[in-house]
Amino acid sequence: MKRLQDPRFKVANREALIGIALVLINFAIWFGFAYGLGSKDPAEYSYIFGFPAWFFYSCFAGTIFMIVLIWITIKLFFKNIPFDDGGEEQ
Amino acid sequence: MIQWQVIIPLILFLIIIFAIGFWANKQVRQSDSFLQEYFLGGREMGGFLLAMTMMATYGSASSFIGGPGVAYNLGLGWVLLAMAQLPAGYFVLMVLGKKFAIISRRYEAITLIDFLKKRYESNVVIILSAISIIVFLFASMTAQWVGGARLIESLTGLHYPVALIIFAVTVLVYVTIGGFRAVALTDAMQGSVMIVGTIILLIGTIIAGGGIENIMTSLATENPKMLTPFGSDGSLTPLYVSTFWILIGLGVVGLPQIAVRAMSYKNSQSLHRAILIGTIGIGTIMFGMHLIGVLARPVLPGIEVGDKVMPLLTLEVLPPILAGIVLAAPMAAIMSTVNALLILVSSTFVKDIYLHFINPNAAEGQIKSRSFWVTTIIGLAVVLFALNPPEFLIWLNLFAFGGLESAFLWSIVLGLYWKRANKYGAIASMISGLTLYILIDRLSPHIFGMHTVTIPILLSFVVFVGVSLATERRTS
Repeated sequence: MKRLQDPRFKVANREALIGIALVLINFAIWFGFAYGLGSKDPAEYSYIFGFPAWFFYSCFAGTIFMIVLIWITIKLFFKNIPFDDGGEEQ
Repeated sequence: MIQWQVIIPLILFLIIIFAIGFWANKQVRQSDSFLQEYFLGGREMGGFLLAMTMMATYGSASSFIGGPGVAYNLGLGWVLLAMAQLPAGYFVLMVLGKKFAIISRRYEAITLIDFLKKRYESNVVIILSAISIIVFLFASMTAQWVGGARLIESLTGLHYPVALIIFAVTVLVYVTIGGFRAVALTDAMQGSVMIVGTIILLIGTIIAGGGIENIMTSLATENPKMLTPFGSDGSLTPLYVSTFWILIGLGVVGLPQIAVRAMSYKNSQSLHRAILIGTIGIGTIMFGMHLIGVLARPVLPGIEVGDKVMPLLTLEVLPPILAGIVLAAPMAAIMSTVNALLILVSSTFVKDIYLHFINPNAAEGQIKSRSFWVTTIIGLAVVLFALNPPEFLIWLNLFAFGGLESAFLWSIVLGLYWKRANKYGAIASMISGLTLYILIDRLSPHIFGMHTVTIPILLSFVVFVGVSLATERRTS
């Protein structure tokens, strides 16, 4: 079967797995900072730029980090492949 | 009282949208493959367009109106929950990604159902999918339509039916004549308005509140729990909030209006660019709008109806012209969601039902006139229902997001990546996912402290795999 042999699918499968890995990292950062730093009494919170530290790391810094990570991942691991069967990538 | 300085930017916004519709109509008339052009924009989208149309379709009334209202009452915990939407920017495109692009070209698929049809070769799958799309999306279109009209009503002081007709005529004209290309192009403009509006309002609110530190101090004085991840009433448990990752982050892969966009782009480069731009856009809007809701509390205390927080805040903290631009953002969000749903429901009728079951040999001209008429009639039907929304539709709309995810997620993902997936598995998982979703919602929506969608998605996966393996002999 042609479906199985197409080398482009190897690239596509690997990129899908990278997507899953990125979500796991995203979730870990989001969950870890939010509930790791945010579970104590609000009176004991420390603050960064006016935000409670859990919020700053989990929602703000975490999001920026993910965007940078996604950018690097695409630069390093994502390949240009043609989509049409037998066609060339413009 | 009508504030012209607020209304003029809104009118300008509508004029530009009409212009885009007419320009796109020229493309439709010149195209040699009407279906591909009208329902998919000729598979020519670049990275920026793809990112914007994904983001604008995804971001709806709830991101700009409902969400900030809830954040106003629950505090920072709701912003945390909203950030579960970040994966919608990259995960969907990475997972469907290049495989979906290659396969949908190979199958010459124009709709999501085309893909499922060729993959599973089953009429039952087509009928189930078509029914889910039409029923759920018709309902959510009506709901968004009502939201759009209410927004115009509250901003301009016009009566609801007049507001509804202005909103409906605008959307109907450009979608009907311009097709998917008009939808994508207006999405790009609407998406930009959404991002810019969010940033302006965020800055305006922080200034009006005397800086973040000041605002946080007032929140802590009022109720320290506003600053915790658990919400002002402690209702946001880690498990509950975490399961939202399935509903609004990962499960988005299964939304037909999103998935169809993942087969409409030009090449690998567009995909790569769209992932990055889309994530930045969704991150900005979701973080910004929900944070605005929280910050609004000390700036404008005592608002009772959550949906009014965003419009009232905008009029309070911004000078009128800027307020007009910012208030165009929720309208853009609603319009860009409605237009995607309209063209999708229309393509389901024309391509998946009419061309597949009724008249497979329809001539080009016939398809053309059918497409225009179907789009118009659906649009008008939605208007009719939106004038006086029946209970039943409102009820269906609540299921739309989770229901579609439960129905489609695994049929798409396993259909792409698991070669042993077969039609029996797909049918069983669609039926069990949908039924479970509705049952759990009726009986115990917070079952085991998780969001309703969690168990249907997990179980429909098990059903899919189990049934596919059990019926393997029959299909091979």
